[in-house]
Amino acid sequence: MRVKVLIVEDSKASREYIASTVEAVEGIEAVVTSSGFEALKLLPRHRFELIITDINMPDINGLELINFVKKNPNYRDVPLFIITTEGREQDRDRGMALGAAEYLVKPFQPGSLEGLLRRYLKLP
Amino acid sequence: MSPPSKALAEFVAEATEILEALGKDLLVLDERRGQEADPDRVNGIFRAAHSLKGLAGLFGQERISRLAHGTEDLLDRLRLGKLHLNDAVLDTLIEALDAFQALLAETARGTETDGLTRRADGMAERLGRLGEVSVALDEDPLERLELDAQVRSVFTEYEEHRLRENVRKGVSMWRVRAAFDLSDFDMGLADLNTRLKPLGEVISTLPSAQPGGAHGIAFDLIFGTQVSLPELESGLKGTPAELARLAVRPATIRSAEALVRATESPAIVLGTLGVASAPEASTGTSPPSKRGVRAAVEGGTHQSLLPLASERSDTEQGETGASAHGVPGQESESDEEHVPSAKGPSLVTYLQGPGGRAPAATPPGAPHAGAGAASSALAEPSLRSLTQTVRVDIGKLDGLINMVGELLLIKASLQRLAESARQDGVVPLSKLFGQELARETRGLERKLEALQEGLLEARMVPVGQVFDKLARLVRRITREAGKEIDFVIGGGEVELDKLIVEELSDPLMHLIRNAIDHGVESPDMRLAAGKPRRAVVSLRAEQKGNHVVIQVSDDGAGIDELRVREVALTRGLITHAQAEEMGRRELLNLIFLPGFSTARSVSELSGRGVGLDVVKNNLGNLSGIIDVWSERGKGTAFHLTLPVTLAIIRALVVGVSARTYAVPLNSVLEILSVQPREIRTMERREVLDVRGQTLPFVRLSRLFGLPERPVSRYFVVVVGLAQERLGIAVDELHGQQDIVTKPLGGRLQSVRGISGATDLGNRRPVLVLDVAALLEEGLALERRRA
Repeated sequence: MRVKVLIVEDSKASREYIASTVEAVEGIEAVVTSSGFEALKLLPRHRFELIITDINMPDINGLELINFVKKNPNYRDVPLFIITTEGREQDRDRGMALGAAEYLVKPFQPGSLEGLLRRYLKLP
Repeated sequence: MSPPSKALAEFVAEATEILEALGKDLLVLDERRGQEADPDRVNGIFRAAHSLKGLAGLFGQERISRLAHGTEDLLDRLRLGKLHLNDAVLDTLIEALDAFQALLAETARGTETDGLTRRADGMAERLGRLGEVSVALDEDPLERLELDAQVRSVFTEYEEHRLRENVRKGVSMWRVRAAFDLSDFDMGLADLNTRLKPLGEVISTLPSAQPGGAHGIAFDLIFGTQVSLPELESGLKGTPAELARLAVRPATIRSAEALVRATESPAIVLGTLGVASAPEASTGTSPPSKRGVRAAVEGGTHQSLLPLASERSDTEQGETGASAHGVPGQESESDEEHVPSAKGPSLVTYLQGPGGRAPAATPPGAPHAGAGAASSALAEPSLRSLTQTVRVDIGKLDGLINMVGELLLIKASLQRLAESARQDGVVPLSKLFGQELARETRGLERKLEALQEGLLEARMVPVGQVFDKLARLVRRITREAGKEIDFVIGGGEVELDKLIVEELSDPLMHLIRNAIDHGVESPDMRLAAGKPRRAVVSLRAEQKGNHVVIQVSDDGAGIDELRVREVALTRGLITHAQAEEMGRRELLNLIFLPGFSTARSVSELSGRGVGLDVVKNNLGNLSGIIDVWSERGKGTAFHLTLPVTLAIIRALVVGVSARTYAVPLNSVLEILSVQPREIRTMERREVLDVRGQTLPFVRLSRLFGLPERPVSRYFVVVVGLAQERLGIAVDELHGQQDIVTKPLGGRLQSVRGISGATDLGNRRPVLVLDVAALLEEGLALERRRA
C-alpha cells in the first residue's frame, strides 16, 4: 500500500512538478488539487500521511489550511510542508508558527523535497 | 534548434494563460485611471506575476523569472499599500507585459536574443526603482481592531494589509459566520461571496478550526463594509450567514492627528466608543458558540446581529450605530491618499498630455533611453497565440459526451437490427424491419449533425480575445505617434473559429497601425479642419448570417482617390485608359494591389496602403474579403468579411463539362436558370440582367479552360461577399453536402479560384471553389478587358 500525500497548489505547472517529484519516490501516491476548498473536501475522504501546500491561493490561503488541519483532532498529526517563494518571509514564518513542519522555497531541487519526504514518511 | 520539449510546451501554455489574465486586469486598471484601484484586481495581478515567477523558476526560464520577480516585487508593494498606483507605474506594468510576451515568444521558438535579455533586465531594474512611498502612519490601525490573535495569525501579509486599510478608513468590520454541508460548501460560499462583494470587501475566508461534525464545515468571513446593518441583513437573506460586528477602539489623539495630516480630511469620528470596553470583545477570542449566539440574539435588538460585546454595550452600540455607519462614508470620500493624483489617461479614451508626449514612465536617472531604444529596435511582436489550444467550457464538453452516449445507444439498436437480419437472412425482411432501420438511421443522422455542431461550437472563441490584445498595442502606438485618440471596441463577444481569430490578429494590427499612424491627423491639424481635437479609431465585429464583418474605421483625413490614381499610374499598375474608366470605389481598391505601397507612397498618401496587399492575402487565405470605404476629410473604414468557421462547411455540388466542383454554400445567394440568349455583352464582358441590376457573369468552363458543351440553358450560381456579386455559369446542379476542405499541396496550391479539395464520400476527390478569389478574378477580368 502506498501512502498518500496531498498537494495543494493553484499553479498547474508547479503542481505537476511537485506531483512528479513526489511520485518519483517509491511508495507514495500523490493526490493533487488546485484549491484550498477542494483540499478541505479531500481531507475527510482520504487518509493523508503528509500535506504539501502553497500559501498564496485564491479561495482560502495556505495558512488557513494549516490552521484548519492543526486544529482538527483528525488531522493535526499530519505533517505539513509549505511551498513558498523568495520574499514571502512573513507568510512563511506564520505558516511555521501555525505548525507547518518544513518549508521549501521555489525553485527547489527535486532532491531536497525527496529527502524531506523520506524523512517524514519514514521511507527507506 | 531542437523542437521544444513537452514540458516547455506546457510552460508556454500556462504562462500564456497567466499573461492573458494579467493583460485583462491591466486593461481594466488602465480604463479606470484616476479611480481608486479595486484591491482585488491589484491582488489578482500580483498573483499572476507571482505564479509566473514560480512557474518560470521551476522550468529554468531565468529571464522570465527575473522580470517576474521585479514585477511581483512592485505589485507586492502596490497591494500592500507601500506604493501608489500612478500613471508611471501603470505604464511601466504595461511595458513589462509586452516584454513578457516577447520573452515567451522567444522561449516558444527556442531562441534567446541578447537585445531582448537586456531589455527585460533593464525593465526589471526599472521596476525595482519605481515608486513613491506612501505616508506612514504613526500608529498601526490594526491594533485598534478587536480581533483574536489566533485569527490574525492565519492572515497573509496581504490580508493583514487589507484589514488595516479598512480599519484606517473607518469601515465597519464584521465576522460573517456560515456553516455548510461538506459536500457543497464551495457553492454556498460562492453564493455568499456574490452577495457580499457588491456591499464591501471580503478580506479573508477562514475555515473554522472547530470540527463541524462529520458532514459539516463552518467558515468565518472577515468582511468590511460601509452599508448599514439592515442593508447587510437584507443582502444576506436566505443564506445561513450570521453576523458579528468586530469592535474597533478609537484612535488615540495622536494617531488621529496623524490621520488628519495624512489624509488632509476631517478626522474619523468613531461611533463605536464603549464597545471596546465590553468584556467579551476583549476576551472573546474564539467565534462564539451556538449557545452564546442565541443568548446574544435574545439580548440584542437585531435578530441576526451577533455581538461580541455584552448586552449593555450592544445597546450603546445601537445608539451610536448610525454615526458608526454614516461617518465612514464621508471619510472614504476624502481618502484620496491612495488615488493617483494625476487624473491620468485611460487606454480606451487615451488622452495625450498637452506636451505632445505621454508622461514618461521612468523616474529621472533610470536607464530609460537605453531601454527605450532597445524596445523600439525590436520588431513588433506578433499578437498570435503561442499555443494551439482552445479552452472549452466544461458544459459544452459534457454536452458532447452526452451525445456520444446517445450515439452508442443508436449503435446498439443498429447492432440488434443487423443481428436479426443475419438470423432471418433466409426469409425476406419485413417492411417493419425496413421502417425500424430507417428510423434508427434518421436518429443517427440527427445525432451526428448535433455532434458536428457541438464540435464546431467548441472551436469557437470570442473575437474579443484579439481585440483585448490590440487595445494594449493601440496605447503604445498612439503614444509613439503623438496623436490623441479614443479607441472604441465593439462586438468582442462575436464568436469565430479559433483558427480564424488567430490569423486575424496580424491583419487587424496592420490596419489599426495604419489608421493611427497615417489615417488620423495631428490634434492641431484636426482643430484647423474644424474637427474635434481627439480622433476616434474603432474596431467592431458584427455577425451577419454565416459571416462575421469586422470594421476598422477612423475619422481621419480619408484617402484621396486622385492621388491613389496618380501613384497607380506612376507605378504602371494601371493604364491611362483603365484609369479613365474607373469609378471612385475601384480607384480606392487599387490600394490593395501588390506593388502599390512603398515607403514613398506612405508619406504621399498618408500611409494608406502599407502592406495592404499582404492584409488582403491573409484574409483571402481565410476565405474572407476586404473592402474599403473612404471619404476625404471624413475618414476611412475597412470592412473584413469572414466565414464563421473553416472546418466543416455546407457546399453546393455542381457539374461543369463532366467535372464536379463544390461551391461553399455560405456565399451562394441564389441560383438562376438562364438561357444563352439572356447573356449580353457589355464593354466586352458578359453580364446578366437580374431584376434590373447588371450582374457580372463568368463561365466556369472558360475560366478553367475546359471544353465547352452546347447547352440549352445554364444554371447560374450567384455568389456574393460583402458588396461584390458574381454569376457563375455551370451545367448541372448535384445538390448540397457537408464537406471538410483539405488544402491542396504542392504546385496546385497557387491555382487561382480553387481553395482546396474534398471527398464527397464516394472516394472521388472534388475541387472546392474559392469564391473570394473568383469574385476578384471577375473584377480583374473586367479590368483586363477594359
